[in-house]
Amino acid sequence: MWAILSIRVENKPGILFKVTHLFRARNFNIDSISVGVMENPEFSKMVITTVGTEKQIAQIVKQLDKMIDTIEVKRLDEKESVYKELALFKVKLSDASDSAEINKLANTFGAKIHNEQENSLIVELTSTPDEIKSFEESIKSFDILDSARTGVTAL
Amino acid sequence: MNDKMEIMNGGKALMKALEKEGVKEVFGLPGGANLPMYDELFKSNIRHILVRHEQSAAHMADGFGRVSRKPGVCFATSGPGATNLLTGIATAQADSAPMVAVTGQVPVNMIGRDAFQESDIIGMSNPSVKYAFQPRTVEEIPEVVKKGFYIAETGRPGPVLLDIPKDVQQNEAKVTFPEEVRMPGYHPWTDVDITNIERAINLLLSSEKPIILAGGGTIISSAFAELQSIAEMLMIPVVTTFKGKGSFPENHPLSLGPIGMHGHAEANKIMTEVDCVLAIGTRFSDRSVGTFEEFERNLKIIHMDVDPAEIGKNQTAQVAVVGDVKASLRVMLKILAKKALKKSDGNNWLKHVNEVKDYWRENLKLHPGEMSAAKILRKLREVLPKESIVTTEVGQHQMWASLFFDAIHPGTFFSSTGLGTMGWGFPAAIGAKVARPDVAVVDIAGDGSFNMTENSLATSVLEDIPVIVFLINNFSLGMVAQWQRTFYDRRMIGIDLKKCPDYVKLAESYGAQGIRAQSLDELGKAIKVGLNSDVATVIDIPIDPEEDVLPFVAPGTSLKDMILPS
Repeated sequence: MWAILSIRVENKPGILFKVTHLFRARNFNIDSISVGVMENPEFSKMVITTVGTEKQIAQIVKQLDKMIDTIEVKRLDEKESVYKELALFKVKLSDASDSAEINKLANTFGAKIHNEQENSLIVELTSTPDEIKSFEESIKSFDILDSARTGVTAL
Repeated sequence: MNDKMEIMNGGKALMKALEKEGVKEVFGLPGGANLPMYDELFKSNIRHILVRHEQSAAHMADGFGRVSRKPGVCFATSGPGATNLLTGIATAQADSAPMVAVTGQVPVNMIGRDAFQESDIIGMSNPSVKYAFQPRTVEEIPEVVKKGFYIAETGRPGPVLLDIPKDVQQNEAKVTFPEEVRMPGYHPWTDVDITNIERAINLLLSSEKPIILAGGGTIISSAFAELQSIAEMLMIPVVTTFKGKGSFPENHPLSLGPIGMHGHAEANKIMTEVDCVLAIGTRFSDRSVGTFEEFERNLKIIHMDVDPAEIGKNQTAQVAVVGDVKASLRVMLKILAKKALKKSDGNNWLKHVNEVKDYWRENLKLHPGEMSAAKILRKLREVLPKESIVTTEVGQHQMWASLFFDAIHPGTFFSSTGLGTMGWGFPAAIGAKVARPDVAVVDIAGDGSFNMTENSLATSVLEDIPVIVFLINNFSLGMVAQWQRTFYDRRMIGIDLKKCPDYVKLAESYGAQGIRAQSLDELGKAIKVGLNSDVATVIDIPIDPEEDVLPFVAPGTSLKDMILPS
């Protein structure tokens, strides 16, 4: 089972270490993690996606809640929340027609093209992990030179 | 500017903050990076108790904390001083003992440069502390001390680390001492959960074969009277975890003693028959319950605990009551009193429980020797006043203490049950004696375990903190030897300690008293000598190295698979 955890923490150094250490020490998995300062700079929001049984996820939430640095821990409902990830793909342009084809694909997925050069371009897609996966599948026929993802963030 | 502000250095701010928390003693060892705070300790009214190894300082603070229920304080320098504390800190964390450990750190501008005696103790200790602070300015010190004590002693207690860089101890600044501190993410207490207490009562009253399982949380929250009242009101038998030993008088007619790997035969037998358990302040450790799946099969569990993260971690509870167990049990008692329900004391379940108990108390086969574990520990119980505090080391002697030494007076039995730290018992006994100088304190020890921190004899003698070491000496690492005999076809390796050292001479060399007891008569006399002595007494009691701890629930098996003496 996949779960999205939204964790409001005090914006202090060392807390990311403690949260990730908790996952390791308690034998849980981190699927993705994203962190950013909130509108009130006293707090940061961490969004962690994780995989486990229902019992494990309930235990992760309780252990995170127990941490003194966490203010609020929520398990977000997939259906009722917005969850997105940003992915960047650097794609090789081999043929003259590649650019147009990639642009077409990008349009279908709502992705943006950046940094187009003679031999490569960068595609930016902000979407769900599943959509990103299928976009990745569809551009695999072109050569993906490099890629980077932010991990899921959610509200 | 606040008129309460005073100019002082960080070391003095620390001492003042500790004094405000009521600290009268600290256990520690000075070094390069904590010299400035020691200089202020010299000028303060706090007593310093010098140890010979920092691990012992942590165990002393732990023993002090468990007995007084106020955080024990230990001091160590940076680097190896701090890392030597770690085992003691982890021990306190595993057994939820309140502690504040204060370490020196290299100066702020040297942190991260692999300075001499620098260790990242904040990083290293992270999984083993309830919280850790590293104040970077003098101004922060009063606040982190206040927060540290509050965290250490509230909710589920635990160790807190204050890691103070040397320059922060030395620098002067204007400081204020807050009366209150704010921690938005820390909610140690919750309201009493009346709804679930009512559900718990219904479940308990509708069950046919109920039992109460009292864990260490019962002792931590001093719910002794509440536990006893509920047991007596409903006439429900009581078993404990090993950590819960001492939560319920073991000479009480409803007491069956500890369950678990080396639980009482009658307790383990009955535990496999019950249909409903009221579990109070326990994490259902594998050492207590055996395999998790087998334990919860056919069993309805009511789980009371102050720590919500314990609910559902190891066992699935039908009813969970989160909150301080003393407060929850009080409400439970009130509701029960209104119901005016009384189970008759002649019910079939209790009759059966008593039959099983009587059978095993009469028929459990014991080692035949005069100096068997059962006989020497029963002799200790016979001679020792009931209010005396007992600590144990870790190993066979510890499990024999669980089996054969009845804890009668509430909260008088302490052991490293979670981390299982050899060397804990003796320094913890010293810490306990500092907390309760009015009662006798005995460390039930084994030779292998006592070996690890025996240099605390120097502290005991020179600091005038007399305790008794009841040294059950089988000249070996007996528990490992037992496992090698049982599971490894007697391939004995790494367990023979020979007769080294001679513990009588060792004790004497420290200025303590050493007595060898080779008969029960000599033993009884030696205990009396120890009780009347104003120096530490080591009673060396040689026993048969082949004596096993039985009954025994082998690791990875369930309580019903208990191995009995043949």
